[in-house]
Amino acid sequence: MSEYRLQTPLTDEDVMKLRAGDVVLLSGLIYSARDAAHKKIVEALDRGEAPPFPLEGAAIYYVGPAPAPPGRPIGSAGPTTSYRMDAYAPRLHRLGVKATIGKGRRNEEVKQALKDCKAVYFGATGGAGALLSQRIEKSRVIAFEELGPEAVRAMKVTDFPLLVVNDAFGGELYVKPNLDLGA
Amino acid sequence: MRELDASVVIKAVEAMCIKANTELGDDVRKKFEDGLRLETSAAAREILRQLLENADLAMQTKLPLCQDTGLAVFFVELGEGLRIRGGGLVEAINQGMRQGYEKGYLRKSSCDPLSRKNTGDNSPAVVHLELVPGDGLKIAFMAKGGGSENMSRVTMLAPAQGWEGIKAFVLRRVAEAGPNPCPPVILGLGVGGTFELAPKLAKKALLRRLDDTHPDPKVAAMEAELLEEVNRLGIGPMGMGGLTTCLGVKIAFAPCHIASLPLAVNVQCHSSRHEEVVL
Repeated sequence: MSEYRLQTPLTDEDVMKLRAGDVVLLSGLIYSARDAAHKKIVEALDRGEAPPFPLEGAAIYYVGPAPAPPGRPIGSAGPTTSYRMDAYAPRLHRLGVKATIGKGRRNEEVKQALKDCKAVYFGATGGAGALLSQRIEKSRVIAFEELGPEAVRAMKVTDFPLLVVNDAFGGELYVKPNLDLGA
Repeated sequence: MRELDASVVIKAVEAMCIKANTELGDDVRKKFEDGLRLETSAAAREILRQLLENADLAMQTKLPLCQDTGLAVFFVELGEGLRIRGGGLVEAINQGMRQGYEKGYLRKSSCDPLSRKNTGDNSPAVVHLELVPGDGLKIAFMAKGGGSENMSRVTMLAPAQGWEGIKAFVLRRVAEAGPNPCPPVILGLGVGGTFELAPKLAKKALLRRLDDTHPDPKVAAMEAELLEEVNRLGIGPMGMGGLTTCLGVKIAFAPCHIASLPLAVNVQCHSSRHEEVVL
């Protein structure tokens, strides 16, 4: 288990040194998007329009933050469950997205896309929203403001604490439960 | 007949919504500390350490513990001898909730099921109302997050499946859910009743303190047995492996039809946020 400090936008080289279980402290701009925003991004791509942020090297954070109290850039901001974005992730990886940040298992299509596109899935600690918000220095809505907490935000983070859950080599951090679940 | 002003309800509910979302219960904190003493893997320890730090930070900054401040669920026991003056009880609860979510900078997570349009103020609250003898009013509030709620299930078992069938269903559910509902989880079980009563019992069971003991020793033993078996799954904090998969199992029973064995499993994430007030 190694520890790395990485800066966005991420490169192939960044991703290829990571293995499941590694600790990553991520800095730079990351972009928030949940279910509703993903749907809109993909619809925009279908229409041949530009996505709301550059996908090349991007890290997408699956988060719908709480409102920012006065004097703070953002409210509580921990990860949401990632499987709901599985339908969209492979396409975004093919278009250059290098990392997604969330919690919970990904499906086989996403894991394959990580291998094919040299990308990585990071886990942040679910339910640690107050703590994680301290590592977000700036936040600005850049698209789909009408979605409220689900709007796309550009967030400037410093040393955002992550664990590599799925790497680009098929490695996974989540354990298999001690129970035979069949196929 | 006793009368209580709706404004008292509004104020109390507003305060409960904010407190529950920003102050972690001492029973939950104690379980995190117990887990930290038990776990040996670096990942499990780091997650529990972060959760304790998160609770401290939320308390200091008044930021919510989790950005998912939930749908607002209320269990209300209204005395038959009490009348609410100056407005309806359910509206007063909704008003207090809206104010709490606004003033506490809590996330509004309620939306239309198909258009997904946000209602904008976290309304409507989910209110379970029970008429009880007397002239009191007890309101319990729970902030129920979507991630753990999505992992919850209701099933209609065959009576022959009994306790072993119940345990098998619960173990499978927790194993399949894996890291998704933010383990270590708390499990509320509703056993018996009808198709709609079982999940209501399951959710209400989650209002119990983690360190309580069920008054019926037989049920207390079942809760302890299932807790131990769930923890043997090895899922651990956030699914990274470990001994701390579940912080508590709370079971509520109700008589059921001779043909049925309804079972509801309400999965609660580690961020167990609830408060209650007696007015």
